[in-house]
Amino acid sequence: MSTTLLRSARLASSLSSISRTFLHQGLPVKHLHTSLKTHYAASGSPPPAEGFLPGVANSQLIKHTHHDALRNPELAGVANGETKKMNTFQAINDAMRIALATDDTACVFGEDVGFGGVFRCTMGLAETFGRDRVFNTPLTEQGIAGFGIGMAAMGSTAIAEIQFADYIFPAFDQIVNEAAKYRYRSGGEFNVGSLCIRTPCGAVGHGGHYHSQSPEAYFAHTPGIKVVVPRGPIQAKGLLLASIRDRNPTIFMEPKILYRAAVEMVPVGDYELPLGKAEILTQGKDLTIVGWGAQLYVLENAIQLAQKKMPGLSVELIDLRSILPWDVETVCNSVNKTGRLLIAHEAPKTQGFAAEIASTVMERCFLRLEAPIQRLCSYDTPFPLVFEKFHVPDMIRCAEGIERAMKF
Amino acid sequence: MPQDHDQTQSLTMTLSKDSFETHKCDPPSLEITVSKEELLRMYMAMVTMRRIETTADTFYKSQLIRGFCHLCTGQEAVGVGLETALTQEDKVITAYRSHGFTYMRKGSILPILAELLGRKNGISGGKGGSMHMFTPNFFGGNGIVGAQVPLGAGIAFAQKYLGRKAATFVFYGDGAANQGQVFEAFNMAKLWGLPAVFVCENNQYGMGTSVERSSASTDYYKRGDYIPGIKVDGMDVLAVHQAIAYARDWALTENKGPLLLEMETYRYGGHSMSDPGVSYRSREEIQKVRAENDPITHLKERLLEHHISTEKELKEMDKAARAEVDKAANEAKESAQPDIETFWTDVYKEGKGVPFLRGREPQETHHYK
Repeated sequence: MSTTLLRSARLASSLSSISRTFLHQGLPVKHLHTSLKTHYAASGSPPPAEGFLPGVANSQLIKHTHHDALRNPELAGVANGETKKMNTFQAINDAMRIALATDDTACVFGEDVGFGGVFRCTMGLAETFGRDRVFNTPLTEQGIAGFGIGMAAMGSTAIAEIQFADYIFPAFDQIVNEAAKYRYRSGGEFNVGSLCIRTPCGAVGHGGHYHSQSPEAYFAHTPGIKVVVPRGPIQAKGLLLASIRDRNPTIFMEPKILYRAAVEMVPVGDYELPLGKAEILTQGKDLTIVGWGAQLYVLENAIQLAQKKMPGLSVELIDLRSILPWDVETVCNSVNKTGRLLIAHEAPKTQGFAAEIASTVMERCFLRLEAPIQRLCSYDTPFPLVFEKFHVPDMIRCAEGIERAMKF
Repeated sequence: MPQDHDQTQSLTMTLSKDSFETHKCDPPSLEITVSKEELLRMYMAMVTMRRIETTADTFYKSQLIRGFCHLCTGQEAVGVGLETALTQEDKVITAYRSHGFTYMRKGSILPILAELLGRKNGISGGKGGSMHMFTPNFFGGNGIVGAQVPLGAGIAFAQKYLGRKAATFVFYGDGAANQGQVFEAFNMAKLWGLPAVFVCENNQYGMGTSVERSSASTDYYKRGDYIPGIKVDGMDVLAVHQAIAYARDWALTENKGPLLLEMETYRYGGHSMSDPGVSYRSREEIQKVRAENDPITHLKERLLEHHISTEKELKEMDKAARAEVDKAANEAKESAQPDIETFWTDVYKEGKGVPFLRGREPQETHHYK
């Protein structure tokens, strides 16, 4: 209880009462624990037993400083600009703000986006750009997708929000049968390239069956659309702007746990990050690890755990970023270097996207592989409520996977 | 319970003339005949239901309940009026604001509270949580908005096909009323003359969106178009009871196919425990409904007016309900967590589904006999 109050006290000055309520509900116990550790670490208590502080806030992948952030060559275009401390929902908000400001045809719509959205991603947009450009839809996912497709077919930029990825299934037909096939079936006469569907996905600690799913694998099976998953604020802003402006219908899946947990110095300017291109986060020579979204922080901790047992272990950690089309070259070049591959994701194992990566790498790097490709995924059950900690591939399971890959 | 009148004695009361509004049908009679015993049972049920929801509220705020929790405080008259007009054979399905319905459909208090806490003796074994509670004739407890409506049509079809003397009551909210699948279900029900009664529980807000801002037509009882409809004062448990009894007769006895009911009701709490409920409506509005239109107060006034009970007796009933729920709450808090094996069960039918489910490592697999 006191941890909650600590966090509240730190952020109270900048949050309304509603967001404070969401804050209480939105953070999993694991991250509250992390913040408590940070507080104690700052006051000089003994280091934690594992030797590292787990969780997003303590991650080396997060760019805490202006210089750290701008060292990224992909941000060359805004290297001389300012950065501002933003969490993921603020970065996403910023991206939409820029999209609406630079494209007169752009509209943002979805359930409850008008007041700012259930995760505050659309805060202030209706006030700034008007309720004819940022508006609520009724409770109708199939309608939202179809409506967005129609708008995009006429050349307008449609930024649709599906409130939770778990609710996207009524829209599945529209996305798969309409959006994905529009250009192909009309021989290029029409397309819905200016459609971008954003949706929060992923485990959050207490989401249960219908507020935790990661449905990227269902959509990866559909040629004609793109699927993108960011890992933090800087990535989210750049990838979202790229997704909105890419002339192909894109599904942008935002890991909801990162909305508040990931805070970085984000360039305030207009920048895009490339779609279809993975990013190598740490260079290594012993093992390639591929992940996306929030799982990367779990993988980072798993690597730290594994390095305690195998000192000197050198891991190449890759953020896939785009699920469809995925960066086959980067992954295969890495596996050709290391000879070992581990993939982890929150979605269930059977037919999860790791299966696609594993097959392709097997085809391309068969003789180079030193160990079977490890897939660390959730079990094949519906996403449970009380059993969540057992269901998802946590850092211990992933560390065990690393060990299996290395000791084959 | 000592009182002035014989419990089984029937009483005829007149409902307010504003109780019903109709679309392509005649209204139910405003005269309702009900026994003293039934009225007191209704009161006890509503008070117990409210106590269950208040307990859930407290549990949630102490982080004993995780996940989502949608309370029906203020909407008790709908669940109670429904059940008193049905038989055990009739079927009910609703969305996620389902604790009250579960209780009325013979789910006892301890399994409900234990389920909220995710314990082994919960009504779904601790695996469903707030949104997924079921009893033999209550089909939940469904998370996806509107998805339960075609399901309800299917259940009604099965009743008709199997020649069962049962009507199916399919609940959905004002937010769900704009889902395409709801209209698909209406069409199938009317086309095939299914004994389905669709009930729109209109509590004026779909999460944070008022009905005016979400719906081109807020006359939800008319949205069935070719399905006749009745708007009912959902804060009056007797009006609800009368409407449900009428609807059941319509669908089942008179075989007139589906009927659409709209229950005009109100929730005091937010959409769920994550929603304070005051960012899209004023506190004054909530206060006003509580003061002027509370379903429990309505019934209480009736009971006192017709000398069916006294203030003192009703207070005793309040206390009894509170004690019963508090006892169950304490038991629930002490209950055990589910066994880890149940993580693997109920994915498929054991022995007839898959031979095994994969675990964390190649060596770890869960086998089904």
